[in-house]
Amino acid sequence: MNQNFDAYIPIIVLMTLGILMVIGALIVGSLIRPKNPNKLKLQPYECGEDPTGSAWANFNVRFYVVALIFIIFDVEGALMFPVAAVFKKFNEAGAGGAILISVLIFIAVLIQGIVYCWKKGDLDWVKSYQVDGNDNKVAEK
Amino acid sequence: MNDTIVSYISSLANIEFSPLFVFLIFLVAILIIVNVMALIGGLGTYAERKISADIQMRQGPNRVGPYGLLQFLADGVKMIMKEDIIPTESNKLLYTIAPVLCLSGILATFTVLPFSSGFILSDLNIGIFYLLGVSSLVGVGIFLGGYSSNSKWSMLGGMRGASQIISYEVPVTLSILAIVLIAGGLSFKTLVSGQTGFPNGWYIFHNPFTFIAFFVYFISALAEANRAPFDLPEAESELVSGYHTEYSGMRFAFFALAEYMEVFVLCGVASALFLGGYKVPFDLGGDTIIGQFLQIGSFFTKTLLLYYVVIWVRWTLPRLRVDQLMTVCWKYLTPIALFNLIGTAVWIWAFDGKSILSLILSIGASGSAGGH
Repeated sequence: MNQNFDAYIPIIVLMTLGILMVIGALIVGSLIRPKNPNKLKLQPYECGEDPTGSAWANFNVRFYVVALIFIIFDVEGALMFPVAAVFKKFNEAGAGGAILISVLIFIAVLIQGIVYCWKKGDLDWVKSYQVDGNDNKVAEK
Repeated sequence: MNDTIVSYISSLANIEFSPLFVFLIFLVAILIIVNVMALIGGLGTYAERKISADIQMRQGPNRVGPYGLLQFLADGVKMIMKEDIIPTESNKLLYTIAPVLCLSGILATFTVLPFSSGFILSDLNIGIFYLLGVSSLVGVGIFLGGYSSNSKWSMLGGMRGASQIISYEVPVTLSILAIVLIAGGLSFKTLVSGQTGFPNGWYIFHNPFTFIAFFVYFISALAEANRAPFDLPEAESELVSGYHTEYSGMRFAFFALAEYMEVFVLCGVASALFLGGYKVPFDLGGDTIIGQFLQIGSFFTKTLLLYYVVIWVRWTLPRLRVDQLMTVCWKYLTPIALFNLIGTAVWIWAFDGKSILSLILSIGASGSAGGH
């Protein structure tokens, strides 16, 4: 076996163990637990009422906006990791300034992005605005 | 070339192991770690109840075993004897996969957790990056659990959980990046070995920015593990019990186990990155077996102290509202973490990566030298 692949054995074993633990516990449980389902028991829980409609309905769009902002910042994190890992080495070799400037430009673009989102109000969970006498939107707060 | 526990043992005993032995040693080490972690998860539930009882001037569990210590075993027996319910309208495949994803994701992080200088299952050269990626599987598991149940409470909890976990991953990543800048590497051995046993050599006291980064990391870690005051996905007063409303018996138990183990992993990362990991001020003798055990003890002491703080916070602070949660993440923690990142980068460039204390000492030394 190649020495380099040894390091990845624990990952596979641990993930398999996670699956086996759940399967094993469910199989052991199936030997001793009661099993008498009925229609009411298998209904989704809705505080004792009959559930109305499916829960798989349209969802609020702000979750989508949060996911979009997250993707931008997470990709930034992923791209920053290699730079951060070699920064010390380059700094000791005397090239730290050049890397620092390029990193700062990269981060500045992202800061501009978050400032834009903030300004547009996409970071506010509850958006509020003022209305005039005829319920027309006059100003966003 | 990645160091593993097997290569450590073979260098200690001066033997080259055959592939089968390599696998067996890994298996034994993994079984030890998983059992210890399951025990810690179980005792975590006990500690949670006992500490909460302490804070609220109650007795807490005290019937099963001495001081109620075996309460988690009794809970486990109860869980395994509960009827297994899968709602008829749920998506059965995803409903089954969700707890598996949570558990596998959190178990896989133990690959890189540095218990001592030798006892790291596998010191991958992308260590911390791998840990961040794999622990995100928990978020997927939580969202799938909420989505597949086809219950409105679960759906709300799952949506909240997903948005919270992905949001708080940004400050976590950015504060870890500041530490990676100082250490100059991603593997946990590089990250820990850059620190000394004395608190002044810990990365938390390296410069003012990392000091803030530790608190940013710790707050965001609480939110990532769905711990109070950020336990909105399972807020029982508004969402019944959030994403695991429909789960019963062992399936629920695995969600809970994964949550308690995740708290341990995040505390372990905090102690490895910011608080010197397995190092203490005096030499533990890492070359011997006893030294390794002492290092493991030191790592566990630091981590469990942080674990205590997490439980303490839970029973002290009230829960946030959803809009406050998002405000804290995007308007406070993320800008602060970005500021820390830039600050640390400039600090390393300006002062050649020296820590604040060594700078003060060198100024003092040069000052006294100039006086003569």
